[in-house]
Amino acid sequence: MQSKEKELTKVKKAKKERIHYIGKAERRERKATGLFLLPSLAGMLLFYILPFFVVVYYSFVDSPVNREFVFFDNYKNLFRNDAFRLAIKNTLQFSLLAVPAVVILALLLAMILDANIPFKSQFRTIFITPLMVPVASIVLIWQVIFHQNGALNEFLSLFGKASIDWLKSDYSQIVIITLYLWKNIGYNMILFMAALSNIPTDIIEASSMEGANAVQRFFYIKLRYLSSSVLFVTILSLINSFKVFREVYLLTDNYPYDSLYLLQHFMNNTFRTLDYQKLSTAAIIMCLVMIVIIGIMLLIDNRVGRDLSE
Amino acid sequence: MNKNTPGVKTTVSETLNKSQAERQRLERIQVKRQRTLFRIRHNIIVGIIVILMAATALLFMMPTVLTITNSFMSATEIAANYGKIFGNVGSGSKTYISERVNLKLIPDMISFSQYSTVLIKSPQYLFKFWNSVILVVPITIFQIIIALSASYCFARFDSKIRSLIFFVYVILMLMPYQVTLVPNYLVANWLSIINTRWSIILPGIFAPFSVFILTKFMRRIPSAMIEAAKLDGAGEWQIFTRICVPQCRSTLYSVAILVFIDYWNMVEQPLVLLSDSEMHPLSVFLSKINTGDVGLAFAVATIYMIPTLLMFLYSEDYLIEGISYSSSIKG
Repeated sequence: MQSKEKELTKVKKAKKERIHYIGKAERRERKATGLFLLPSLAGMLLFYILPFFVVVYYSFVDSPVNREFVFFDNYKNLFRNDAFRLAIKNTLQFSLLAVPAVVILALLLAMILDANIPFKSQFRTIFITPLMVPVASIVLIWQVIFHQNGALNEFLSLFGKASIDWLKSDYSQIVIITLYLWKNIGYNMILFMAALSNIPTDIIEASSMEGANAVQRFFYIKLRYLSSSVLFVTILSLINSFKVFREVYLLTDNYPYDSLYLLQHFMNNTFRTLDYQKLSTAAIIMCLVMIVIIGIMLLIDNRVGRDLSE
Repeated sequence: MNKNTPGVKTTVSETLNKSQAERQRLERIQVKRQRTLFRIRHNIIVGIIVILMAATALLFMMPTVLTITNSFMSATEIAANYGKIFGNVGSGSKTYISERVNLKLIPDMISFSQYSTVLIKSPQYLFKFWNSVILVVPITIFQIIIALSASYCFARFDSKIRSLIFFVYVILMLMPYQVTLVPNYLVANWLSIINTRWSIILPGIFAPFSVFILTKFMRRIPSAMIEAAKLDGAGEWQIFTRICVPQCRSTLYSVAILVFIDYWNMVEQPLVLLSDSEMHPLSVFLSKINTGDVGLAFAVATIYMIPTLLMFLYSEDYLIEGISYSSSIKG
């Protein structure tokens, strides 16, 4: 009896040691692979993360020299700033118009290209090309088209429409949205095409056997499987919609028509006067808005995703 | 009667058979007709879709193609076509300015005069082009090297700390310039590299975008492969350089292209971080070209898109593959 017990404890001990031994090896590996992260992490900390805390700090003090804690005064001041309010309004308006448009159109294009139509790969190539053309290169053509005496007005005058200076009118956002769509549809379309090709074909076949028509197949099956890509594309498009300042700046320089005054214009002008408080506060507000949006998207994604795996 | 009945029966059954055959024949014809009708309808729909797509595709190509073709116009032709838009185009006072704007696809006479002016007579454009190159190439190369090693760390093991750090990277990747430029500016100021090229290059090198895509790809490398290498006595460095990096090659191309085009397009960073406009890249400078040099601008614009378009032509499939890998936030 006693010898048996001894054996058991030995086995247990050995087992324990073995586990311990593996744990050690793994820990060593973990440490070794951790080293690979160091350069990137150091750079991230230095250039993005640590200064970000400084930005947070700056948004709560009255000036970088005085350093008196003023709670939310900077935020209150910023929201009272007319330029900031205009910039927020325009940026939001642009995003609300452009993002759904680009998501829906890209999805439509992806669906069409996913069905077997002739010249599929040629179409795909053409729709991605704008992604690879620098904006600065085509700005001239955009000016030729949308100028007061430009090609579009020339064309519209055939139908007796009075000419407008598109970039200096209330339609100016439409010009930028066209440019944005032109630029971004290709990337989103590829993301959607990748997602479409990942939908299991047997489910679609089964559904069409059961008599589901194309519309039903789209809304009840494909859209469910696409939901996570739709969310990702929406986030991406949203971020790209904040980058549209590039296009606006190249077309209209620093002081555009009122409806094109975007957040980045506000930031640039504030950088010129080096008002750290305003800059930091605006950055923090922007960051919070983005985090809230991304959080909501991830929550939706989790819920839909769980639905799907059941 | 008794004799007749079978005969009647046969005739009845015959007629029955006949009518059945007839009906089947008719049915078959009808099905055939329906099928052809369906096929015709299908073909018409497909045809309409293709025509619509072709029209859209033409619209999509127009800006690029027009820029390229216009760059082959002589200065006088540019002046004649776009005089109404860009005011006094060209230096000559006697140039004929057309009353209407002519958005011409094909120049009347192909001339390389604009190119020769850009390349030989006025080197300031080439300087700006060089400014772009000297900013973008180091960023692309070093961002990818650093991202490769970082993504190796994320892909090999999953722990709470690592996934937290990765999550921070993703959030930072999703932040617009309005947020990230402020910290970048503060650091550049603190390191007193503001108004030098380093203030753009250094933050660019550590940008998290390529870490994100490369990690996603490396997670797909089968762990059996790594285990086998380990059994053969390979260290971490060997596993990284001999197994993981070669596996990533096609993704590397696409990440490189995406990073390159993103920075080739940059406008925000130089405007904020480089107050000296001598150092501005061509992407910013192009919009500053005088209206008098519109013809030149077309040539410069064309030169500026050549590198990215060439990359695209040579590696479209890699690019598409790479974009497809990034199709969701979660791993």
